[in-house]
Amino acid sequence: MSLELPGQDRPLTRNVREDRRPTDLAAYEANGGYRGLRSAMGKLSPADCLQILKDSNLRGRGGAGFPTGMKWSFVPMDDSPGHKYLICNADEMEPGTFKDRLLLECDPHQLIEGMILSAYTIQADVAYIFIRAEYHKAAQLLREAIAACKEKGYLGDNILGTDYSLEMHVHASAGRYICGEETALISSLEGKRANPRAKPPFPQVSGLWGRPTIVNNVETLCNVHHIIERGADWFQSLGLTGDAGTKMYGVSGRVKNPGCWELPMGTPVREIIEEYAGGMADGYQLRGFLPGGGSTDFLTTQHLDLAMDYDTIGKAGSRMGTGTMIILDDKTCPVGFVKNLMEFFARESCGFCTPCRDGLPWSAQVLDDIEGGRGLPEDMDTLARQVTYIGAMGNTHCALAPGAMEPLQSALKYFREDFERHLNGGGCPYCDGGTA
Amino acid sequence: MSERETASLIPVLSAQELAAIDAEIAHVPYRAAVAIDALKIVQAHRGWVSDESLQAIARHLEMSAEELDGVATFYNLIYRRPVGEQVILLCNSISCWIKGCDRLQAKISSQLGIALGETTPDNRYTLLPVTCLGACDKAPVMLVGEELHEDLTEQALNRLFGEGET
Repeated sequence: MSLELPGQDRPLTRNVREDRRPTDLAAYEANGGYRGLRSAMGKLSPADCLQILKDSNLRGRGGAGFPTGMKWSFVPMDDSPGHKYLICNADEMEPGTFKDRLLLECDPHQLIEGMILSAYTIQADVAYIFIRAEYHKAAQLLREAIAACKEKGYLGDNILGTDYSLEMHVHASAGRYICGEETALISSLEGKRANPRAKPPFPQVSGLWGRPTIVNNVETLCNVHHIIERGADWFQSLGLTGDAGTKMYGVSGRVKNPGCWELPMGTPVREIIEEYAGGMADGYQLRGFLPGGGSTDFLTTQHLDLAMDYDTIGKAGSRMGTGTMIILDDKTCPVGFVKNLMEFFARESCGFCTPCRDGLPWSAQVLDDIEGGRGLPEDMDTLARQVTYIGAMGNTHCALAPGAMEPLQSALKYFREDFERHLNGGGCPYCDGGTA
Repeated sequence: MSERETASLIPVLSAQELAAIDAEIAHVPYRAAVAIDALKIVQAHRGWVSDESLQAIARHLEMSAEELDGVATFYNLIYRRPVGEQVILLCNSISCWIKGCDRLQAKISSQLGIALGETTPDNRYTLLPVTCLGACDKAPVMLVGEELHEDLTEQALNRLFGEGET
């Protein structure tokens, strides 16, 4: 897998080596690392940094695409006493998503430098990296990197001789997908069950332990010091469409070369699948794809020439989400595909609200009946009703259940004949759901 | 049973466990905030969290055992039942499903004679499903202990767990 292409700017993966060996502090500094931090500390004010971030049009890479500068602008910047927190969401668990692992394992210092400047911008004095339990290697690398930074004066009291101080901790989680939801993550970091919280109040005002808190995804934070060092115009110029920067794109499923690549934001879907992922594996045809993880709507072959950016994919009726596509091929059963996802979401519901706790297992049961040849014609209406009621934002406590409905509602739209073949033919026409 | 007798049933956490838990307490505003860290620390030493361990942790964190159990049972990687020396976490999310994780699960179950959630009689392995492990380009994947096994095949499973009863 080659991540770096000659002549193209790949800020996020410039230290990613072919063998995925981690970049240590010496190698990181030798390649310009902590130059962004040095160029900003004592020279740019937090307000200067925030303005650069706003001008850059960086949008949250965890899936929602919310403008990062705007998110940060709601943090109170008065001198009132008490902590402010920055949290890195490294709880990568969206099905089909494998981009943050690469950034964490290959270049931990990039994340830490981004976090120091992000924390400085909002004047946070404590930062946490909330990392999923299974990323053992990444958590260890981050702990070592933080220790190395303390020795160098990049972290701790009076960073680089300024009056700004920051402590940073790694918190390894104990499982559960819902922890990736930012308010559930905050509950979990407080030692509680990871139930999401009602908004408002928003975390920027009342987050961790009731204090102002910003939660951002790994990839988002990795961009920050590059933007502050090289400027908003540079970042804007990286994107091919109206959306700025580069993006970690990925493809999994039955393609020749599954993988993850940093490419200009707005790279066409076809280019990602056919050139980078090498096209479909021999003997398989493309039927559809989830653009960015398990909670995004299917798109199909008619959407291959769309640009992979937040607005374009949104207008096509889906979401770019995490930017890591999952491919549905012609030998895999769309009903089985959606059933796998629905069982996942049913298992991962936090159980707090009824539509999610009871509705998702119901949907999974109906899909299991159809897949297993026990389906009834009226099941199609039941699924459509579930999509309407559970899928509507506002009917549930958080976005998990509406997200779970996205693959189902789009499968009913694009692969309806497959559902009907199951109902008419007494079950799944594919061999073992196509996964044999 | 007197209060003293009840207290004697609660084992004391080891000095090592207490030191690790107290190091976490040092940077949070109240003791119960380290509930998850404390559960993980004790589990790292003892393999799982027994009722007795749970009570000892709760007492140390100045919270009720019931509240702590509510936290412990929420998280799938806190084990409230004994597990084998190594836990096999087999990814069954979408990219691994496409690449045949159901077949691999059946294979492991046949090799080790255990279903999901069970432990081998010799106490070597426990088999559990897990959420997408973030290595979808190498699907299907699983964790055995802390080691990630990528691009899994039946042959690889034979090398790891033996032929089993096929």
